[in-house]
Amino acid sequence: MTSTIEAPRSPDSRSAKKSGVNWEKWGWIYMRVSGVVLIVLIFGHLFVNLMTGEGVSALNFAFVAGKFTDPFWMVWDIMMLWLALIHGGNGMRTLVNDYATSRISRGILKVAILVSVVSLITLGTLVVFTFDPCPAGAPADLVASFCKSL
Amino acid sequence: MPQTAGTLDSQQKTTSRRPAGTLYRGNTGMWSWVLHRITGVAIFFFLLVHILDTALVRVSPEAYNAVIAQYQTPIMGLGEVALVGAIVFHAFNGLRIILIDFWNAKYQRVLFYVVIGLWVVTMLAFVPRHLINVFSH
Repeated sequence: MTSTIEAPRSPDSRSAKKSGVNWEKWGWIYMRVSGVVLIVLIFGHLFVNLMTGEGVSALNFAFVAGKFTDPFWMVWDIMMLWLALIHGGNGMRTLVNDYATSRISRGILKVAILVSVVSLITLGTLVVFTFDPCPAGAPADLVASFCKSL
Repeated sequence: MPQTAGTLDSQQKTTSRRPAGTLYRGNTGMWSWVLHRITGVAIFFFLLVHILDTALVRVSPEAYNAVIAQYQTPIMGLGEVALVGAIVFHAFNGLRIILIDFWNAKYQRVLFYVVIGLWVVTMLAFVPRHLINVFSH
């Protein structure tokens, strides 16, 4: 029996241009490179936050304050933020190209993805870099122990 | 793709009634792809929420602690098992996809069972410890 199988191309993605930068190729490479890095970052994140000590039960403001005042975890979390949101946003774009059938719905959905990704990257980055571990007037039992020495 | 009559290519040799030689149509290849999409979407929407809840550290310790307390309830504790299960599958199957792309696609089926095996081992390490942390507090 012979049957021809169509090449697995999404019918609704824009066709490749003849010249210029091949953005789809770089997106494809990005998914694989960021994916490998994210496995290390997210498995480490999950291990430290959910497996060590009392796990999820130990999480509170003081725990996060300890991480967001340590340059190691600040870099770790910022990398996770950027890599994961762009990886997830690009994945969602692929699904929109595959499943949204009209040009207008694809446009709306992709703009929504872009707005979500850009605004959350901005928010998350600002939070990490403007974080105050010892906010004025906060109860002493809710903040990290190192706030007492201030 | 034009095919020469009378000669069988490697795809057709393995064909019974269903088009074969397709990684992503039918059986393990298709279901790993379906699961990769479903877990990917679920993780994406959790990520949006997780950045917003973490951003509450910039509002006040009380606001952050109130929301993180919700993550420590039994129902959310079970939700975290599902979340970690989705992440671990997406991670290991993502490595499988990379191996298919850069190494050799003919091992995709056995690699799928490797993914399932590693997923089971990882979840056995995570779930009991996590559930003890959730239900003993």
